[in-house]
Amino acid sequence: MPQISRGFHGRRSEGPSDRIPPGQHLVDDFPVLSAGPTPHTPLDEWTFTIQGGAEPASWTWDEFQALPSEEITTDIHCVTKWSKLDTVWKGVSLDTLLGLVDHDAGYLLAFCDGGYTTNLPLEHVTDGKAWIAYDYDGEALEPEHGGPARLLVPHLYFWKSAKWVRGFRLQDEDEPGFWESNGYHILGDPWLEQRYWGD
Amino acid sequence: MADDRRLDGNAIGGMMLELFGVEMTTATEVCRTCGTADVVARLEVYMDAPGTVVRCAHCKAVLMRIVRGPDRTWLDLSGFRSIELRSPD
Repeated sequence: MPQISRGFHGRRSEGPSDRIPPGQHLVDDFPVLSAGPTPHTPLDEWTFTIQGGAEPASWTWDEFQALPSEEITTDIHCVTKWSKLDTVWKGVSLDTLLGLVDHDAGYLLAFCDGGYTTNLPLEHVTDGKAWIAYDYDGEALEPEHGGPARLLVPHLYFWKSAKWVRGFRLQDEDEPGFWESNGYHILGDPWLEQRYWGD
Repeated sequence: MADDRRLDGNAIGGMMLELFGVEMTTATEVCRTCGTADVVARLEVYMDAPGTVVRCAHCKAVLMRIVRGPDRTWLDLSGFRSIELRSPD
C-alpha cells in the first residue's frame, strides 16, 4: 500500500536545482490530489477511445495491455509545489497510440471517469513526452493515483497527467480543460512557472 | 479511500465570507444538473486538488470551482441554478 497524504504535505527538501523547477520543493511520499470521488471502473468495462480521427479508435483493457509498453523513470512536478524524483511507471506511449489513428489534429482534450478533462498540444505529447500509464513502481496503478490508467506528461505540471483517463478527443483548437478554463495556465510548464492565466 | 478526502460545505464558509462578504453556508442552492435544493453546508467539497471543487451531494455534479492565485481568485459558479441568500432581520 503506497503512502497517501494530502497535497501540501510531505517532507520538504530543496533537492538538486537542475531537477527541481522554481518554486517547488521535494517530497518523498506521493501526495494524492482529487477534485471528486475516486472512480472504480471494472476492467471489463474499461475502454480507451480516441475520437476525432478519420475513424474512431477504441481498445478494451486486454487490447490496451497488448499494445507495446515502455518503462519510464521520470521526475514529476505538481502545481501545488511538490516535486518527486525518479518515479517509475509503465505504460503505452502516445506516439504508439496516435500512430494508430489517421488524423491531422494539433491538440487533444483528454477525458476521464468522473468528468475531468485537460487539454494538450500534440507537440507536447509526442516524441517520447507522454504515456498512458497503468503501473507505478512495479505494481498496478492504485485508484487513488489514477488507476487503472492515467495520463503521464511529466514535463508539464501534474494536473495535465489526468487520473482515470478514458480517451482523447483530437481537435484543431486548444480547448481549455477543467482547470485551464478557470484560472490555471493553458500549458503549465513548471520550468517557466506557468501556474495561472497570464504567467 | 475517496470519502476521507471529502469535506462538507462548512469548509468553504470562511472563504465565501471573505470573497462575498456574506455568510453562505446557510444559503439554499439549487443544482443546475439535477434540480435538487440543498443548504450550502451540506454540499460536498474537495479542497486538496489544485483548486477547490464543490459538488452536489445528490448527483455529484460540479457546482463551483475556486482557484486562488497569489493575487487573484477565479470562480466558476455555473453548476448552480440559483443561490438563495436570506436578508438580515
